Amino acid sequence: MTVPDASIVSPAPLTLAEVERLRADFPILGETVHGHPLAYLDSGATAQRPVQVLDAERDYVLHRNSAVHRGAHTLAAEATEIFEDARARVADFVGVRESEVVWTSNATEAVNLVAYAFSNASLGRGAPASSRFALGPGDEIVTTEGEHHANLIPWQELAARTGATLRVIPLNDDGTLQMQSARDIIGVRTRIVAFTHVSNVTGVINPVSELVSLAHTVGALVLLDACQSAPHRPLDLAELDVDFAVFSGHKMLGPTGVGVLYGRAELLDAMPPFLTGGSMITTVTLEKAEYLPAPQRFEAGTQRVSQAIALGAAVDYLSQVGMSRIHDWEAALGQRLVEGLSAMPGITVLGPPPGVERAGLASFVVEGVHAHDVGQYLDDLGIAVRVGHHCAQPLHRRFGVTASTRASAYLYNTPAEVDAFLEGVRGVTAFFGVVPTMYPESAELPERTSL
Amino acid sequence: VSSSLESLYQEVIMDHSRAPHNHGLREGGSAESHQLNPTCGDEVTLRIHSHGDTITSLSWEGHGCAISQASASLLSDLVVDLDRGNVHERIDAFRELMRSKGTLEGDEELLGDAVVLGGVSRYIARVKCAMLAWVALEDALAKTPAA
Repeated sequence: MTVPDASIVSPAPLTLAEVERLRADFPILGETVHGHPLAYLDSGATAQRPVQVLDAERDYVLHRNSAVHRGAHTLAAEATEIFEDARARVADFVGVRESEVVWTSNATEAVNLVAYAFSNASLGRGAPASSRFALGPGDEIVTTEGEHHANLIPWQELAARTGATLRVIPLNDDGTLQMQSARDIIGVRTRIVAFTHVSNVTGVINPVSELVSLAHTVGALVLLDACQSAPHRPLDLAELDVDFAVFSGHKMLGPTGVGVLYGRAELLDAMPPFLTGGSMITTVTLEKAEYLPAPQRFEAGTQRVSQAIALGAAVDYLSQVGMSRIHDWEAALGQRLVEGLSAMPGITVLGPPPGVERAGLASFVVEGVHAHDVGQYLDDLGIAVRVGHHCAQPLHRRFGVTASTRASAYLYNTPAEVDAFLEGVRGVTAFFGVVPTMYPESAELPERTSL
Repeated sequence: VSSSLESLYQEVIMDHSRAPHNHGLREGGSAESHQLNPTCGDEVTLRIHSHGDTITSLSWEGHGCAISQASASLLSDLVVDLDRGNVHERIDAFRELMRSKGTLEGDEELLGDAVVLGGVSRYIARVKCAMLAWVALEDALAKTPAA
């Protein structure tokens, strides 16, 4: 395989015909559920994988499988080369150097890696340069009310272990960050600011450069949760000037079990390790060990080799389609979702109104019907959506609800699938016999159907 | 919609979820249990009053999906004036029904109207919703000193 040349990506927008051709790469999209063609609108939770990604993984396992970074035999050397080539592809995909890409199990582990490295530095571990990551009473960690639990709980725990204080930037009613609060909260005590690029619930795109500027002005580091941006939009982490970023393979056409931590080279090289053991050392005595530089310092034990290789193939696939074109296609689907939902009585969309930039997803609440029941009704029509709190309980609490239903699109979804979903949601209130209070006075009350 | 969805959301279930019985915790009581399903946020707090070995009142409050709320309501109608052994027999019968993946009809002698929840057993992801109140009752009984 060759690294795709950006210049060969068509500048023209994705067309329905092209998307239909892409869908053929995803056999699962041809499945039938309860007698209906599957409409998979849950890629925000996990994306489907094209045959090209499986082929890359299978080709490696069947023909090159071996232990990487050890052994002198031919297969071991080739396996190492393919594994490291995947790292280079993923690094290139997000605009950073390959030495700045650390493989993790998933984004959650990547956030924990950083939090525990800070924790270990706070205990005096690591090289003298590690002391810059040490936290204690008086120091502040800043995150937001809109985070996935993966970008909240590791910081709660880090604060509890070190005596630092966790501060939280609140949300506005439309799901955007209260930037005046951000300016008040981020100050001289702030050591790290962790926030999501794109909300997995509201689809809000946070102002990265403004937050980076606030953090860097006071000497704080920035960790960006790119789980909902790396799969869906062009991403240049070096240009965004973030210090750390995390994302997950399975949300971007890749396999489960592999994620990425990006860290600015000089930071990774100064950070103490999180997991320790084989493969991350230079010299070991019975008393102590010297560690390899990044990224190997953070990759203790046998790595998820075939998964990393598959993720390399996944970013190739995305690059060949073109991330700008994928972004534009999904943005249109996101608007179609929010316009359709906002026009229905008894439906409240969490996040920005129609016409305002949002990712290709929409979460909503149906008055009088629990999200679990909404999802069950849609499933009966072959429509797969996420229900629950989407690992963001504080965000839901902010909107006064415990759960919502989320439809999230990807490059392989079509306007017809969004329309089928919207038609399904229209059936929900009728089926559950709910009378939305927002129905116009003159409207007929919906009859309970089919019973 | 499919017949299995219709059997999941039978009219009896929808009626109980819209107008639940014995909703609102009564004063006093011999034991209480709070159960939460963290994946969807369904919540039930259930309180029993007992006289000797007999449950004299079951009241509850909570929020969540139609299945979890209807199930709590149906349970609350079932166990009053029964002794502990009888209640455990019914909880066991309900659990067996929920684990049946649609293969059991449910014993109406034991479960009364709660047999309408049998359709839930075909939806593995929803069994927890239906079990929530029943697990709460089991827990409350475990906390009740033997007579």
